[in-house]
Amino acid sequence: MSLITLKDIRKTYIMGDIKLPVLKGISLNVEKGEMLALTGVSGSGKSTLMNILGCLDRPTSGEYWLDGKEISNLDNDGRADVRNKKIGFVFQNFNLLARTSALENVIMPLGYTAAHMTERQMIEAGKTMLERVGLADRMDHEPSRLSGGQQQRVAIARALVNKPQILFADEPTGNLDTHMSDEILKIFREINERDGVTIVLVTHEMDVAHSAKRIIKLKDGEISDDTVLEK
Amino acid sequence: MKKLRVIKSALTAICRNPTRTFLTTLGIVIGIAAVIALMEIGNGAQETLQKNIAAMGVNTMRIFPGTVTRSGVNTGTGARANLTMKDAEAILKNCDHVEAVSPVLWVRGQLIYGGKNWNPYSINGGNEDFLEISGWQIEEGEPISSMHVRRGSKVCLVGSTIVRELFDGENPIGKDLRIQNVMFRVIGVLKTKGANMMGMDQDDCVIAPWTAVKMRLRGAGSSSIVSANTVTSTTTLSASSTYTTGVTFYPEASSTLPPVRFSNVDSLIVSVPSADMLGIATEEIIAALRESHKLLPENEDDFRIRTMAEFTDFLTSSTKTTTNLLLCVAFVSLLVGGVGIMNIMLVSVTERTREIGLRMAVGAKARDILRQFLIESIVICILGGIIGIFVGHGMSVALAKLMGWPTSISYAAIILSVGVSALVGVIFGYYPAWKAARLDPIEALRYE
Repeated sequence: MSLITLKDIRKTYIMGDIKLPVLKGISLNVEKGEMLALTGVSGSGKSTLMNILGCLDRPTSGEYWLDGKEISNLDNDGRADVRNKKIGFVFQNFNLLARTSALENVIMPLGYTAAHMTERQMIEAGKTMLERVGLADRMDHEPSRLSGGQQQRVAIARALVNKPQILFADEPTGNLDTHMSDEILKIFREINERDGVTIVLVTHEMDVAHSAKRIIKLKDGEISDDTVLEK
Repeated sequence: MKKLRVIKSALTAICRNPTRTFLTTLGIVIGIAAVIALMEIGNGAQETLQKNIAAMGVNTMRIFPGTVTRSGVNTGTGARANLTMKDAEAILKNCDHVEAVSPVLWVRGQLIYGGKNWNPYSINGGNEDFLEISGWQIEEGEPISSMHVRRGSKVCLVGSTIVRELFDGENPIGKDLRIQNVMFRVIGVLKTKGANMMGMDQDDCVIAPWTAVKMRLRGAGSSSIVSANTVTSTTTLSASSTYTTGVTFYPEASSTLPPVRFSNVDSLIVSVPSADMLGIATEEIIAALRESHKLLPENEDDFRIRTMAEFTDFLTSSTKTTTNLLLCVAFVSLLVGGVGIMNIMLVSVTERTREIGLRMAVGAKARDILRQFLIESIVICILGGIIGIFVGHGMSVALAKLMGWPTSISYAAIILSVGVSALVGVIFGYYPAWKAARLDPIEALRYE
C-alpha cells in the first residue's frame, strides 16, 4: 500500500465573490521510501499542495490517505497529532528558536507528545539526532552562532527527532550557497537511503530537484509532468 | 507537554528580553509592593492602637454600685454603698477570666508641700494591682505593695503634673506631702500619661493604698479641715435602707484588713487577659456579685458594669477602614500593572508569530500554545509579585526605621499577593494567549 494516496484533491480559495482554484484535481501515489521533488513556478500551487500533504491545511475536496488513514477531514488537534507523529518539516528560513541551544531546539517537538519519555531520554534522542547531522560538537550553541548550513542541519535534526515517516522540505536550500546546499542535499539522501524516510522536496531550482529520485512538476494547479529519474 | 518543560520554556522566553520583562513586571511590582507595605503598616498601626487602647484600659471594666431611689429621688449610679472588698475577693475567686481586681476610691482634697498647695483632679486609692490594671507605670521609685495596703500605710505615688506644680522639679521621692492635712510619704512618681479622651489631665493625680485613703482621708473627716471638699456621699448613704441587701458592712476583724468602720469602696476595677474576654468575664462577674449580694432571681442587679468595648470596636474598625481604602488604591495599581502585562504579551505574540507557527507545525495543539503563553504571563506576574513582596516589605521596614511607624509582617498579605498576581497573570494573559492559540499555522509560518 502507498504511503500517500491523493484522490482528486482540490483547493479553492474564496475571496469575496471570486473563487480562486489553486489545486484543480490532483491524484498522486507516493510509496514508502521515495524521495521526490515537487517543482513548479511560483503560483503553480506547489506550496498549497505541500501544506495539504503536510497536514497544515485541509483540501476543499478530495481524499488524502496517509499511512492507510483518510485524514482530509481531521480537525485541528487531529492534524496536529499527525504532524507530530508522522511528519517532519524543514523550512527555507530554518525557523529555529532564537537564544535556545541547538539541543533544546531539536528536542522541542518531543515536548508536545512524548509523555512516555523522561527528560533524560529526550536529551539522549536529541543528541543522537545532532550527531547524525554532524553537529555533535555544537549542541550548546545558539542559532546565532551557527552558520546557515549548520542551522539547517539543526532544523533537520529537529524534523527527525520524532522519527517521522515523511519529511517535507520547503525550499531547504533557498537561503544557502551551493556548497552548503550540496551538503544538506547529501544529508537528505542519506536519511532517505539509510532510514527509509520518505522525503518530499519542494523547490523551484531544477538542480536541487534532480537530487531526488522522482520529479513532479506542477503547472496551474495540475500535475504537468511526473518522471522517475533513472540513476 | 510536561509541566517542567513548559515552565522552563516560559522562563527562557522571558529571559530573552530582560529589560522589557523587567519594565513589564514593574506595574505588578509596584502594585504588590504597595499592597504589602500598606498591609504591614496597617497591621502595625492596628497593633499599636490596640496596645494604646489596652493601656487606656480597654481590657478592664469598672463595677459601680447601683442606684437607689429614696422618696422618689433617684441618686444615680454609685450612690449605693454596697461594693466591698468581699465582692472583690468573690470576683477573684469565682471568675476564671478575671486577671486582677482592685478597689477604687476617689476623693478630692488639698495637697500641701512646703509653701505651696494644689488641688489635684483626683486622689485615688487602690490595692497593689491598681497600677497594673489601670495602665500606670512607675517613672521612678517603687509601687504600692500589698504590705502598704494591709497596713494602710500613708504612702503615695504622684503624677507628673503634681511634681511640676508642687515640687518645682525637685525629686519628690521620700518627701512628705500633706493630703487633707494627713502626712503621706511620696514613694514614687508615675509615668506621664497625658490627657485622657475627655480632656482630663490624667497626670494630675495622687495614688495611695485604698486602705489609707479610706481610713485617713475619707472617714476621718473630723480631723481634716478640708473634709468638706471630699466626696462623702457614700458614707452618708450607707446608713440607709441599702443594708437590707444583706451585705456585711461591718466585716469581722480580719488579720489582713485593719478594722474600718465602713468597708465599702467607690468602685471596683477589674482586668481581663484580653479585650475579647470582656463578654464572658462580665457574665461571670454578674453571677459572682449576685451570689455575693445574695440577690434573688427576681431582684435586679444592684451594681453596674462598664467596659470600653464599644470604643475599642470603633477605633479598630476605623483603622481597618483606612487600611481597606488604601488597599483599594493599591489594587487599582495592580490592575494598571495587569493591563501593562496584557499589552506586552500581545506584542510578544505578534513578535513570535513564526515561533508559534513552527510549534504548531511540529505538532503543538491550540491548547498547548494557549497554555504556553498563559504560563508565561503567570510566571511574569508571580516573579513581579515576589519582587513586589520584597520591595514592599523593605519599604515598610524602612518606614518603620525612618518615621518610627510601627509595622508588622503580614503573612496573609504575602499569600494573598502571590495569589492575586497569579490571578492578574491569568486574567490579563488570557486574551493574548487565546489570540496566539487561534493563529493559522500556515499564515504564522509565513509571517515576516
